[in-house]
Amino acid sequence: MTEFEILGNKDTRSGFGEGLAELGRANENVVALCADLTGSLKMDAFQKENPERFFQVGIAEANMISLAAGMTIGGKIPFTGTFANFSTGRVYDQIRQSVAYSRKNVKICASHAGLTLGEDGATHQILEDIGMMKMLPNMTVIVPADHNQTKQATIAIAAHEGPVYLRFGRPVMPIFVKPDANFVIGKADVLTEGTDVTIIACGHLVWKSIEALKALEEAGISVELINMHTIKPLDTDAIMKSVGKTGCVVTAEEHMLHGGLGDSVAQFLARTSPVPQEYVAVNDTFGESGTPMELMTKYGIDTQDVVNAVHKVLARKKA
Amino acid sequence: METTALQHIASQVRRDIVRMVAGVNSGHPGGSLGCADFLTLLYFDQLHHDAENFTMDGIGQDLFFLSNGHISPVWYSVLARAGYFPVNELGTFRKLSTRLQGHPSTDKKLPGIRMASGSLGQGLSVAIGAAQVKRLNKDNHLVYCLHGDGELQEGQIWEAAMYAAARKVDNVIATIDCNGRQIDGDVDDVISLGDLHAKWAAFGWEVLTMDGHNFTDMKNTLVKAKSLCGHGKPVVILMKTEMGQGVDYMMGSHKWHGVAPNAAQLEDALGQLEETLGDY
Repeated sequence: MTEFEILGNKDTRSGFGEGLAELGRANENVVALCADLTGSLKMDAFQKENPERFFQVGIAEANMISLAAGMTIGGKIPFTGTFANFSTGRVYDQIRQSVAYSRKNVKICASHAGLTLGEDGATHQILEDIGMMKMLPNMTVIVPADHNQTKQATIAIAAHEGPVYLRFGRPVMPIFVKPDANFVIGKADVLTEGTDVTIIACGHLVWKSIEALKALEEAGISVELINMHTIKPLDTDAIMKSVGKTGCVVTAEEHMLHGGLGDSVAQFLARTSPVPQEYVAVNDTFGESGTPMELMTKYGIDTQDVVNAVHKVLARKKA
Repeated sequence: METTALQHIASQVRRDIVRMVAGVNSGHPGGSLGCADFLTLLYFDQLHHDAENFTMDGIGQDLFFLSNGHISPVWYSVLARAGYFPVNELGTFRKLSTRLQGHPSTDKKLPGIRMASGSLGQGLSVAIGAAQVKRLNKDNHLVYCLHGDGELQEGQIWEAAMYAAARKVDNVIATIDCNGRQIDGDVDDVISLGDLHAKWAAFGWEVLTMDGHNFTDMKNTLVKAKSLCGHGKPVVILMKTEMGQGVDYMMGSHKWHGVAPNAAQLEDALGQLEETLGDY
């Protein structure tokens, strides 16, 4: 039985806050902007330690994105912080013109992504952001799996020249990535090796997939679990290598079925070597108020949904 | 630079504009002609810049951002005439693989351009961000930006205006091209801006006005604007211009905002604009 040591329980947004604080100490070119959500984004430490490099912009996200684009001129590396909904849909045109097309070194850091924002409801639960961001040329899209990985990704993107969308969330979840792990943009983590089925997950669904391993292994299924923390550029080598062995794939994400990680994987496989694929994702519906875990269950992105998807894809493979 | 010398350059810039848009039967001559005098003065007399050694970061230089990117013809002409890139390249405007995209972009690495523009309302925020970084870098040079008056209908302009005053960004000089016209008609008929002077003042900006076709007035106003920098408030100049200035049949209407002249109209226009520096 594959065991994952739980190293603690924390939210991914705190990993961002810790990573940003570390960057503030290490790199004087890092500046941060926030649209009235400093506490929610855990940007307080950076703000306190670097008041001259922290820019409170108020509730004006469009201004924030374009300010950040302007701040790259002169050599700064701006990190913007607000909820994922206001980091993408609200400011898509600003990102498109002033960040992506203009190829500016802006890091768009988005918290409270997906259903696990919880009780605030569908107005704030964006499930389309990965799709919007990955469609932009020049944009790198990263969805780290846990607290430690979010911290490592935050530090890594400062050293990467170019626009980045970094997506993380609100709920406290188990930590399983080692604090000294080496985060490489575009290089997936193979968490378990297996031969029957490949599960490719990102964000909170990586832990849900780890939870699913127990039932799957008890059923005698050999699972290769991949943490695809970078949606773009997609680690196609890792997909090819794994699917070549297993011949089927389940993708799992806290995002709309259309346009997310699953679609990236499907599009790659369709053009290379198509295999049966099942999606664990939200299917063309808005969310609602509820606790994060209630919502994950209701909208079909929970542990049992991963288990069910594996059984379904295996049946298709055999058929 | 003497007014007559500036007028000579501006006349050539106007010829470039109408020839560029006529050459591809597309583009925006009206606003471009209206801003020809201002941009000529800025680049040939006011801006601290180094055309031969353009850098994206522009450290130790003044910066300029064109927010109303559709008037790219005037900017391209002034940049070329100022030495940023070969004048002959103006003939590639809007053609496949050109560095002179319909709206300015950094994508093709045209010297002089630091940000894409075209989708309106974003350039003031960009300029303010760049100005704040100049302060962080202890670089005392200024940041200029230009906007259309119709562009002020975009809400982001007012987000940026509020922010700059609140943060005391006092090293930015924004100029508004007040030609009173936009695509669908007069600004007053489409969505009136009301009392623009009072609006900017209420947002906490120093507000100046000038005649965008009078070099002496513009020079004096820019000198005044620079003297106001460093005193805790951003500066905006409301510049009165005539859309289509210099070509009689394009003036007094919004109709030449985004329409190219045909061959006969081009000939008519060129007959009104002296060739001073040699056509591209």
